[in-house]
Amino acid sequence: MKRAAHILLGLALWAGGVLPAGAVNMEAVLSKRPAATLSAYGLFEDGSAQRPAKGVLPYDLITPLFSDYAEKRRFVFVPEGKAASYDGEDIFSFPVGSVLVKTFTYKDESAAAAHGLRLIETRLLIHGEDGWLAYPYVWNEAQSEAVLKVAGARMEIPVPRPDGRTLTARYAVPNVNQCKGCHVSGKTLEPIGPKARNLNHDFAYESGPANQLSTWQEAGILTGLPEGGPGAWPRVPDWSDPESGGLAARARAYLDVNCAHCHKEDGPAKTSGLFLTWQEQDPAKWGVHKRPVAAGRGSGGLAFDIAPGDPEASILHYRMNSADPGIMMPELGRSLIHEEGVALIRVWIEQL
Amino acid sequence: MLSLKRPLFAGLAALSLTLAAFSAGAEAATHTLDLSGTEMSAQESLQTALILAEPGDTLLLPEGTFALTDGLSLDIDNVTLKGAGPEKTILSFKTQEAGSEGLMVTSSGVTLEDFAIEDAKGDAVKVMGSDGITMRRLRTEWTDGPKETNGAYGLYPVSSKNVLIDNCTAIGASDAGIYVGQSQHIIVKNSRAAFNVAGIEIENSYYADVFGNVAEHNTGGILIFDLPGLPQQGGHSIRVFDNRVVNNDTGNFAPEGNIVGEVPTGTGIMVMANRDVEVFDNEIAGNGTTNVLIVAYPNEYEDENYFPFPQGIHVHGNRIGEGGSAPDNEIGELIAQITGTPIPDIIWDGRMPWGDYFFGPEAGNGIYIGENTATDEGGQVDFANVDATMWYAANWFHSTKRELPDHAGGPATLTPVTLAPVTQPQEAQ
Repeated sequence: MKRAAHILLGLALWAGGVLPAGAVNMEAVLSKRPAATLSAYGLFEDGSAQRPAKGVLPYDLITPLFSDYAEKRRFVFVPEGKAASYDGEDIFSFPVGSVLVKTFTYKDESAAAAHGLRLIETRLLIHGEDGWLAYPYVWNEAQSEAVLKVAGARMEIPVPRPDGRTLTARYAVPNVNQCKGCHVSGKTLEPIGPKARNLNHDFAYESGPANQLSTWQEAGILTGLPEGGPGAWPRVPDWSDPESGGLAARARAYLDVNCAHCHKEDGPAKTSGLFLTWQEQDPAKWGVHKRPVAAGRGSGGLAFDIAPGDPEASILHYRMNSADPGIMMPELGRSLIHEEGVALIRVWIEQL
Repeated sequence: MLSLKRPLFAGLAALSLTLAAFSAGAEAATHTLDLSGTEMSAQESLQTALILAEPGDTLLLPEGTFALTDGLSLDIDNVTLKGAGPEKTILSFKTQEAGSEGLMVTSSGVTLEDFAIEDAKGDAVKVMGSDGITMRRLRTEWTDGPKETNGAYGLYPVSSKNVLIDNCTAIGASDAGIYVGQSQHIIVKNSRAAFNVAGIEIENSYYADVFGNVAEHNTGGILIFDLPGLPQQGGHSIRVFDNRVVNNDTGNFAPEGNIVGEVPTGTGIMVMANRDVEVFDNEIAGNGTTNVLIVAYPNEYEDENYFPFPQGIHVHGNRIGEGGSAPDNEIGELIAQITGTPIPDIIWDGRMPWGDYFFGPEAGNGIYIGENTATDEGGQVDFANVDATMWYAANWFHSTKRELPDHAGGPATLTPVTLAPVTQPQEAQ
């Protein structure tokens, strides 16, 4: 079939590293078929070191999605001469040819892992002519290349915790359908992270710390940023930093990033009637005294998603605090319990 | 040191092999899948095939039992996934490590037939947002029998249109064996649901025909529900006919908190808060709480758009045997307290909006009980309106009514459900 031919052809063309360093390969980015290897896109000057190519900008999120304690490196590429347009609430509108890059890494001091980081996978969200496409690339043992894995992969990864325990993640590289599982909005694929409210803080660029939104504007990849500076732009608190916001705001920011990509009105979990977006104002919709609909044993024998004052009686807490596939939420993206995230939600529900 | 489970490049080579196994060209093609695990695991072979299928393709699953480790998903329109038979091709999820369903379908025009999904960690087959989904001769089963830790739903189309479930079997679900939620234009026929909490459940749905099915040894046989707080509600236009709803005697093993956890053991056909539901020509017997139960939504809710009362319910032509002699849980006990045991064959909780309670419902909005035939020796089909409204509001005024309601007008005439034909696959590029 044609897709197969493209993948194999791609492998032959690009495996030899014929691309010039430091230039994003627009042909690969705009191809209807994914390249077989990550290097084919030319997004990195040095992939092993996660040093981006010219025009590819690193960024981070104030409150990120939990992914089995992986540390994530994010990059944004917008084709030269084009720009994303600002949106105060939703994802920025990125032009065709834009790429969002996310590399999942774990700290690893062994010799095999250069730079103290073991690269696991790099996920690309590519804005093609017909919309966004999502592809997972898995890094090899030598950390020299990442290859496309449309069917995903599963691997065991030791995860050392600050208290001395070492957990074992049954880390799952998502397959292409699973990418859609989180990134679908209505019927179309969409990025989740790069919203104004989750970008509006300083990033430690090589040239020094600077606000990400201002930097994107200065780099010419973002237009329509309102006047007034960072204080005038929306911002979610850092879920883990009490200095950055009150308990309720941090809890809602956490739920927004970790849950609302499905639990929103046009998301895959819309049929539950539970909406966990940052903007949702109706307590019954974000879970207070809301009864489960089709939760099955995910209900844990509990009557309400959130029983104010009583986390042990709240399904939200119960499902976050499980690693059983038939119970846990989110359904994808983790095999471990996010203990610190659960603790945040626990304290929040106690004080509701 | 990190240990990757197996060399990654071997995985890529295996992927290429699978790709090569697909015939060249873009016409609709039939692919027989190799799930032997020799080149790659059954999991990877099957999932890769489901991702790389082209619209119009048929994927044939071989005979055998295949152990899966993750949920499977299909997101390509107009694909047929076909096994060798529900007892011959078995996808076993006993070893599932992730994924909240066995198989998830999010595309339209899909046919699933002739295979079994066993022991999924969550739901067995979930179909979300599909227009044109056919499930034929499928079996979903939790093989250790009824257990609270079984997955919630066997066959679970939700938010879908043009749903056909035909000749399927659903056993052991801790919520509903066959569950159609928030969908429209639905046919569930000639299927068997046994040892589930709910055998067959149609919830928050429009235009459904449920006929020729057997619902036995569940907690409740066939449930027609409408719940508040959901994107689609106000369930209506549902016909339940020619079914055998017998001996639903399995103790309720739903995890608490779920609405079906409130269903008493031994409920035959239960209608809650829908409008225009016709229950006719069924064989109903051996249901220990009651054979037919018509109720309003019993819980508090915060949803101003929700209407909690059943309206336009028509029960006629059923052959009803013994039942009601083993009332279960608070609901069964409350009814027994009001009516005595055995509980009558057809129970209505009598709850209505206050205006209707005093002045009678508008024409067409009532509860209409027609002729039904007793099949137990010397038995008769009896009815009670237990007047739950007054039981709670002003017990002094409470009265149980044994005579059939005499509501104005008559039930709506419901027409058979027709399903739109599955759209033909577009010419592939």
